[in-house]
Amino acid sequence: MGYTVAEKILAEKCGRDEVSPGEFINARVDLVLASELSGIVAIEEFEKIEGARIFDPDKVVLVMDHFTPAKDIESAEIVKRCRAFAKEHGVRFFDVGRAGIQHILLPEKGLVAPGDLIAGADSHTCTYGFMGAFGAGIGSTDAAAAMALGELWLKVPESIRLEYHGQPPPWVGGKDLILHTIGEIGVEGALYQVMEMTGESLDFLSMADRFSMANMAIEAGAKTGIIPADAKTKEFIESRNNPPGKAFQSDPDAEYAAQYDFDVTEFEPFVAVPFLPENVKPVSEVAGLEIDQVVIGMCTNGNIEDLRAAASLLKGRKIHPGLRTVIIPGSQQVYLDALREGLIEIFIEANCSVSTPTCGPCLGGHMGVLAEGERCVSTSNRNFHGRMGHRDSEVYLVNPYVAAATAIAGTLSSPNEFVVEAA
Amino acid sequence: MTLKGNAWKFGKNIDTDAIIPARHCNTSDPVELAKHCMEDADPEFVHKMQQGDLIVADSNFGCGSSREVAPISIKAAGVSAVIAKSFARIFFRNSINIGLPILESAEAVDGIEQGDLVEIEPAAGLIRNLTRDEEYHATPYPEFLQQIIARGGLIPYVEERLSQ
Repeated sequence: MGYTVAEKILAEKCGRDEVSPGEFINARVDLVLASELSGIVAIEEFEKIEGARIFDPDKVVLVMDHFTPAKDIESAEIVKRCRAFAKEHGVRFFDVGRAGIQHILLPEKGLVAPGDLIAGADSHTCTYGFMGAFGAGIGSTDAAAAMALGELWLKVPESIRLEYHGQPPPWVGGKDLILHTIGEIGVEGALYQVMEMTGESLDFLSMADRFSMANMAIEAGAKTGIIPADAKTKEFIESRNNPPGKAFQSDPDAEYAAQYDFDVTEFEPFVAVPFLPENVKPVSEVAGLEIDQVVIGMCTNGNIEDLRAAASLLKGRKIHPGLRTVIIPGSQQVYLDALREGLIEIFIEANCSVSTPTCGPCLGGHMGVLAEGERCVSTSNRNFHGRMGHRDSEVYLVNPYVAAATAIAGTLSSPNEFVVEAA
Repeated sequence: MTLKGNAWKFGKNIDTDAIIPARHCNTSDPVELAKHCMEDADPEFVHKMQQGDLIVADSNFGCGSSREVAPISIKAAGVSAVIAKSFARIFFRNSINIGLPILESAEAVDGIEQGDLVEIEPAAGLIRNLTRDEEYHATPYPEFLQQIIARGGLIPYVEERLSQ
C-alpha cells in the first residue's frame, strides 16, 4: 500500500515506517511558531508548566505581526511581554522593522523547508504546504506544549487529492484556483483532511500563486494543504540558499478519501462574497458593486509577484476618487524589493496608501478597519461577519488583478473589462 | 461529572471572529474576554445567559482563526459545554487542551430547542434533554484524548511527560 506526502512526513516525524489515517501520534516538530496574539497565551501556559525549558530555542519563533506596530497600549504590553520572554529563553524573535507577516517571513528566512512539520499558533500555518511542508495550525496551549516537548499530538488526517488541469487564462492565478475549490467543496469540504494539490496547471503558476493556494486550505476546514515539492520548489529554495529539506512525493497507489478534478482553462477570476469563503462567484457576475476600500497584500497575496500584478494595472493611473486603497507588502524584504523595482512609486502616484507589513486590516485590527455598512475588496483570505471591522461591513475576496482593477474603476471590476474601458 | 443548564442555539459555521472579535483580542485576561463572548453572533448573549448554560450549534463550530481566546472566552463566560454537529479542527483541539467540554452529536443538536434544560455527562458522551425527556449520544472521545481530558487539559499531560 502506498502513502501520501502528508503520511510520509508524519511517519518520519514520529520515527516510524508508516502511519495510518485516524491514529493518534506524537510527532517531532521542526519549528514552533506564534504571533504576539497567540504567543502571549502560549507564554502564559508555558510558564505554568513546572520545570519547563524550551526544547530547542533555535526552533521556536515569535513573529510580531498581528497588531504591530502596536495599535494600542494593550497590544504594546503584549509585545513587550513577548519580547522579554524571547530574551529570557533565547528563542528567535522578529520585531517591528525586522519582520513581516509570519508566513511570508519564514520561507524568506530559510526557516522552513520541504518535508518539515511546522506547528504554528496561527490558522494559516497551512501556507507552508506551498513548498511541500506540513504546516499545522494549532492553538496557544499546543504551542506551549510544543515549546516544552518539541512534540505535537495529532490525529493522522486522511488526504484528498485536488488535480488541476490545463493552463490558467490571463488574470487567473492561484487565488482563483483555491477560491473555486472552496466554492465547490465548501468551508467544511476538507474538514480535518489534507488537501493535496497537484496537476499540470501548477506548472504554469508561480511559487506565489501556490502560496495563495496552500494559504487558504484552512478555509475549507483542512488540517493543511500540500503541494508536493517539484523543480519549481527546488529553484525557489536554491535561489534563496535555503535548506533543501526532503521532497516527499505521494505513491501512485496512495489512498485518498476523495479525488477532485478541475479544468481551469475556462476559469475567470473569482470573488468570494460575504460572509463565507465558499460563496464564490465569477467576477463577471458580481461586477459593478460600489466599493469603499481596496486592500492589496496580506499573507495570502503579499508576495512581490502579487504586488507586481497590482502595479501592472495601477501604473500611470489614479485610483477612483470614490474609494481608498491600502497596500501591504508581506515583509520588509518584499517592501524593499517593491521599492527597488519602482512599485511603491507607482502605488503612491496612484494615490494608494502603502503600509508597513502587518496582518492589521485582515482581522479588523488596524490600518484599514471598516465602518458600518462599508464594503471592501481584499486579497486576504476571510470574509466573515465583522472580519475587517464593523459587524455590518462586507469583505469580498479576490486576486491582486481584480483588486487593482476595482481600485481604478471604483466598483468591483474584472481586470479584463477595466483594460478594455481604459483603452 | 454532570453538567446542567439551558441551551442557547446557534447556526452553522460560527467562526472564531463571531465568538470573540479581534477588536477584543488585545488581552489574554479571561475575565475581559468573557465580557465579549459570542458578541458578533449575538451581542446580548453574555447578558442573557446564566452560569452553566450550554451552547448548542450546528456544524463547523469555531471555524476560522486559531485564536485560543475563543474557547477561553466561552469557558470564562460560564458556559458549561458546547454541543455541535461538528467542530472546526483547531477549535476542537484548543477546547480539549484547555478543558472546555465539547460534544459532537447531530441528534442532540436536532433534538434540543432554544431554552431546553439539558444535562450532560461529558465522559460518557451522554446528553439528556430534561425538557423533552429525550436522550442523545455524542461521538466518544478517542482514548488518547480521554487521557488529556482526564488530566484536566494538555498542561498537566505535558508535566507528566516531562517528569517521566
